[in-house]
Amino acid sequence: MSKGSSILKVRDLQVRKAGVLILDIPALQIEEGELLSLIGPNGAGKSTLLQTLASLTKLSSGEIIFKGRTVTADHGGFAYRRRLSMVFQDPLLFDTTVFENVASGLRIRGMKKEEIDQGVSENLERFGISHLLQRSARKISGGEAQRVALARAFATQPEILFLDEPFASLDPPTRESLLTDLEETLRQTATTTLMATHDRMEALRFSDRIAVMNQGKIFQIGSPYEVMNHPVDPFVASFVGVETILEGTVIKADQGSFLTLVGTKKIEAVGDIGLGDWVTLGIRPENVTLAVPPAHEATSARNVFPGTVEKVVPMGLYYKVQLQCGFPLVAFITTHSLDNLKLEEGKKVIASFKATSIQVVKKREKSQAAL
Amino acid sequence: MKMIKSRKFFCLGALALLTALLMMGNPVQAQQKNIILATTTSTQDSGLLDVLIPMFEKKTGFFVKTIAVGSGQAMAMGQKGEADVLLVHSPAAEKKFVAEGFGVNRRIIMHNDFIVVGPGEDPAKIKGIKSTPDVFKKIAAAGALFLSRADKSGTHTKEMGIWKAAGITPGGQKWYQETGLGMGQTLNVASEKKGYTLADRGTYLALKKNLSLDILAEGDAILLNVYHVLEINPAKFPKVNVAGGKAFADFMVSKEAQDVIKTFGVEKFGSPLFFPDAGKKEEDLGK
Amino acid sequence: MDLIFEGIYKAFYLLFTLDPEVMGVTLLSLQISGTATLISLFVGISVGTTVALAEFPGRKFVVSLINTGMGLPPVVVGLFVTIFLWRNGPLGFLGILYTPAAMILAQAVIATPIVMGITLAAIQALPKNLRLQILALGATRLQMVWILVKEAKLPLLAGVMAGFGGVISEVGASIMVGGNIKGYSRVLTTATVMETSRGNFDIAIALGIILLLLAYSINLVLTHIQQRERPR
Repeated sequence: MSKGSSILKVRDLQVRKAGVLILDIPALQIEEGELLSLIGPNGAGKSTLLQTLASLTKLSSGEIIFKGRTVTADHGGFAYRRRLSMVFQDPLLFDTTVFENVASGLRIRGMKKEEIDQGVSENLERFGISHLLQRSARKISGGEAQRVALARAFATQPEILFLDEPFASLDPPTRESLLTDLEETLRQTATTTLMATHDRMEALRFSDRIAVMNQGKIFQIGSPYEVMNHPVDPFVASFVGVETILEGTVIKADQGSFLTLVGTKKIEAVGDIGLGDWVTLGIRPENVTLAVPPAHEATSARNVFPGTVEKVVPMGLYYKVQLQCGFPLVAFITTHSLDNLKLEEGKKVIASFKATSIQVVKKREKSQAAL
Repeated sequence: MKMIKSRKFFCLGALALLTALLMMGNPVQAQQKNIILATTTSTQDSGLLDVLIPMFEKKTGFFVKTIAVGSGQAMAMGQKGEADVLLVHSPAAEKKFVAEGFGVNRRIIMHNDFIVVGPGEDPAKIKGIKSTPDVFKKIAAAGALFLSRADKSGTHTKEMGIWKAAGITPGGQKWYQETGLGMGQTLNVASEKKGYTLADRGTYLALKKNLSLDILAEGDAILLNVYHVLEINPAKFPKVNVAGGKAFADFMVSKEAQDVIKTFGVEKFGSPLFFPDAGKKEEDLGK
Repeated sequence: MDLIFEGIYKAFYLLFTLDPEVMGVTLLSLQISGTATLISLFVGISVGTTVALAEFPGRKFVVSLINTGMGLPPVVVGLFVTIFLWRNGPLGFLGILYTPAAMILAQAVIATPIVMGITLAAIQALPKNLRLQILALGATRLQMVWILVKEAKLPLLAGVMAGFGGVISEVGASIMVGGNIKGYSRVLTTATVMETSRGNFDIAIALGIILLLLAYSINLVLTHIQQRERPR
């Protein structure tokens, strides 16, 4: 990632509605080129923050500084808004052709015909919808509509892109394909992006940083690894859910499976990953099996690690067991198993999990690994 | 969101358009070319004004706005100074109008007459009776259906005068129905329901072919319907078009107009609808 | 029944032979109601959109006023406009009583709240975030309002149709402020009333049929445009 300067800074930002404080951000800094995800429950203030930063909602106090200059409300702030784009969960297309939709931002800016034609075709291409050029916006599918919305947003070459849960209403395969195209476009254009999402996997996959929000405040902000593994408080912890996040370099890769060096341990997983890539892996606690030595049953799990129980937390119907195996690992265990294995703090166990159960949350190709 | 500023532009534009349209209605100079003539629907319906007014307009260059309403409303307009000249046929009310200072220069123009019409079968057996109050007495006695305009028009006023002369109060009686409509419509209702009614000859003749009503009483002096022209008093109402009102009134008593009145209707109905009376005295008529 | 057939026959006869008086009356009806509708379009859409998008104290009251205005009895409008336009009335100096201009004014007063109310509802029915999306595309306030109006063009067209329909068929106010003067302020509706009161039912029916045909064909065109663009 490029070491950009702060493209957007926030100071003592507050938004009140009917007297109630709905957004309270004392400080926030967005680096140029980074992708910051906002996650949090409904009503956390994610949309409000995005809209306020995009100067679509009036702030009650504080300031927003874009590239060193304070964003003012001159002419309703439209000079600033012309330098950014926003996509909502609903594509909100206009009742006209796909071409006209994508061209709308350019027409608003009064651009010439050639510039508009070029901008439109370029961005339709990026999102694989060139064939929809003359189609009426009423006659396309949900996924296609969201592609049009994205093409429209990129056509104006925004300096910041705001995404408010843009994939929430799409089915998984459509979402997947769109995410891939978006990722590619973001990489090409190096656009600073702020995305609100309630899908933690999406946030993990995409983001350079994640901000966890609740009640109008940012509870924690940091790299996915930090936030997932070092939550600052129980709320964040319970919100992030994927209990084990590990990062490492791929030291071996063939036949669709690869070996990642995490600290000093080697973890095997499946995926189309190249040698030397940097990956972030997620392990769901329900996929971790525990055994007490010296029991060594033959198991198909490729990942077997001895470790120590650090903490046992009752979760109602089951228990959460936090282990240290050379890397932090979390497992869910039934009450039965807990009793049978007599698990408690300090107990030595063998933890195992299948290679196929590991989620590759993010990868960066070798050439880009800057660390 | 404060976007009132941009909307103001639109609203201003619309307001300007509206004002322009209103203005084009009547620039002040043209005001003096307009005469508001308040008259009655039956006068209008006779078609006489459709001949006289274009003549007058051509001759003088004035534009006459004929507002045809009931006598009551025509007088009321005069009393508010909202008309320049009246052409009505309600002598009692007119006299009061002049006495109260609203009108000046009341001059007789013409007269026509009223007739009592009814179904050919004549259930009340009124045919041949000379005195109209007696005719009405007989209708009341027979309890025969009678339609009244009941709209304070000249016709209605005349009708009420006759009932008074007959000493009868028809209101509320089963056989007495009030239509509240114009002459033409009332005649149609009478024709449909086979009832009696009082009508002016002109309207009756114009509609005769569609009606199944016969003339059953006529000629009595009380049935005379006299038309006068009244100019609205400029002393009371400075905004009145004095010159215009006077010009129209003068025209109506002129030989030219009176000749037209004399022959109007002959071609179509065989007999004239009106009788010109300019210069005569009201009391002398019908003798 | 014969009367109605007579009327239908007479209607087509008058139309076919291009009877000058009937043509004149029809043309005037179109001119007056058309102009009034045009005015109501400008004022109604601009004010309706403003109220729909703005927030200000007393907004609810204004909205209920507009909605009440949609149901204003035309004859009451006629009465008040007449009183205002009387020589001795507050707008008497305009001198437009008993002119087509007064009829346009009265009809505009009748049609504008209708267009305003429907515009208000149509703009409010647009997706909540659409306004933000348009602003996010870099639109100025003016551009944003224009785009929103375009997005609501179908219901707005319905509003204009409702306004036009209301005034082309209006008679009470038109008689009061226009005076039904031959060749000058006489329109289809006022002529129909006059012919009826004279007892000329065949002519009245003929005029009525022409009015129906007129209203129908104009609405046919507008409906065609509206239905052609039917949304998903």
